[in-house]
Amino acid sequence: MAQPRGRAYARHYWAFAVPAATIVLLVILFPWAFTIFMSLHDWKVTGATPFVGAANYLKMLQDARFLWAILRTLYFTAATVIAPMILGIWAAVCFATQFKLRGLARTVFVLPMMATPVAIALVWTMMFHPQLGVLNYLLTSMGLPPSTWVYDSSTVIPTLVMVETWQWTPLVMLIVLGGIASLPQEPYEAAILDGASVWQMFRHITLPLVWPFIMVAAVIRLIDALKTFDTIYVITLGGPGTSSETINIMLYQTAFAYYDLGYGSAIVVVFFLLILAISLLLLRIRQREAWR
Amino acid sequence: MTRHRFRRLMGRFGLYFSVIVLVSPAVFFFLWMLSLSLKNELDNTAYPPVFIPNPPTLTNFVDVFQKNDFLKYTINSVIVSFSATGLALLFGVPAGYGIAKAKATKAAALILIARVTPGLSYLIPLFLLFQWLGMIGTLTPLVITHLVITVPIVVWVMIGFFEGLPGELEEAALVDGATIWQAFVHVAVPLARPGIMVAMILSFIFSWNNFIFGVVLAGRTTRTLPVAVYNVLTFEQISWGPLAAAALIVTAPVLLLTLLMQKEIVAGLTAGGVKGG
Repeated sequence: MAQPRGRAYARHYWAFAVPAATIVLLVILFPWAFTIFMSLHDWKVTGATPFVGAANYLKMLQDARFLWAILRTLYFTAATVIAPMILGIWAAVCFATQFKLRGLARTVFVLPMMATPVAIALVWTMMFHPQLGVLNYLLTSMGLPPSTWVYDSSTVIPTLVMVETWQWTPLVMLIVLGGIASLPQEPYEAAILDGASVWQMFRHITLPLVWPFIMVAAVIRLIDALKTFDTIYVITLGGPGTSSETINIMLYQTAFAYYDLGYGSAIVVVFFLLILAISLLLLRIRQREAWR
Repeated sequence: MTRHRFRRLMGRFGLYFSVIVLVSPAVFFFLWMLSLSLKNELDNTAYPPVFIPNPPTLTNFVDVFQKNDFLKYTINSVIVSFSATGLALLFGVPAGYGIAKAKATKAAALILIARVTPGLSYLIPLFLLFQWLGMIGTLTPLVITHLVITVPIVVWVMIGFFEGLPGELEEAALVDGATIWQAFVHVAVPLARPGIMVAMILSFIFSWNNFIFGVVLAGRTTRTLPVAVYNVLTFEQISWGPLAAAALIVTAPVLLLTLLMQKEIVAGLTAGGVKGG
């Protein structure tokens, strides 16, 4: 009796989503349509906005700064996905085990991803100071040579990767931990009886079973890594020179420092397609895995 | 047998070692942040660095509020984050319910588009729109753009929660002649209160932390705290104490909320993998 009744109501439930859908349409879809429109114009903040067709897109192909920004974004993204994934899975395995003060340790571990990114980035900036920074003090007191951190083009991206890894490993940990928590206990009991080592259990039981969660974490991390803004903007603003300028930072500079809104819009379109393509690729890989 | 015990012991040792390695960067970072904010300028620029403030001083915090209009920026941040969270709950909770009940997984996927799109990409057209409407210099544009972060978080968390609720109670109400709206307000919402709490906390935190919308849309008097603290950096590059104090003031509410509500936050994040911006 209840079943057909519930189904009869199903279409009424749509009404509940109408207000939120309206907001999403206004705040997300309108900007999208308008961005594509603007990308076809030579649009500065003031003055006429003549239609230029695909000129902004063609300009991108010859813009060395833009092409470097793409390569840099891919390099930065690969590093800020891989490092947090490895550390995050390691952390999830640790936090899935019972030990004293586990709750407290987990909360402290999660703090970096909850803290305000700008505030965090400012404190890192002070720590990176080449002469007075605490990090170089720690390095030299351990007998290691000091680093140039964000003050040299050869070390700036690895340093930013370190900050991002510190900040976003907890998100990977939480998602993978959620996966481990949902696993059945029997395979582990059997493995312990058979005398399997911790590594063998991780490699042959945990890893294959939580693989879907790992892929979800990887997709989320990938999207966030491509979009990284706050950390880079606050710590280096793309510098020194343009050696840490990713697409998102270049986009900001183009649109809101040089006020070239037409070219900025064209970059937005290409950037979004890039994000979409990479995330769909990863989802496709995940689906193929699921078929096996 | 002894070999087995030895291996267990080694496993235990490895576990504690791993946890210490993983947690210490966060512990070190936040303690150093606190240390910077409680030291005078002389100690902050000393080399080798002074680790423990002796004696600790609160002048940096006083400085921040006296030299900058931090009280105003705090009020701005409170207004923006509370409005954006309140509106998101108002629209997002019914939407989550509708999508969960109608099993509209496609609609749920649409919400994810907001998660994928970089924040900057809304900003070029919205910046122009707000300029035409003469709204730059008020807090309204900030509240509207923050909805881009808060609405998807609320909808996403609520879908998960409503899907997990048993439908029998609402169906009983419907059989007794209640409208679906009444069943939602009087039966489903009270049951979903823990979920609403999770959605509220996460949406508040990610709105509070947001920088990118503020940096583009905020004027001199409408800065939110993250934008204000960034401006402290540009103008007082050398004084570390006030800078660390300002950074601590901005992020302290969020850190306290995380420490107090860690169970709810972990539950919400595990389910949704949400993050703003």
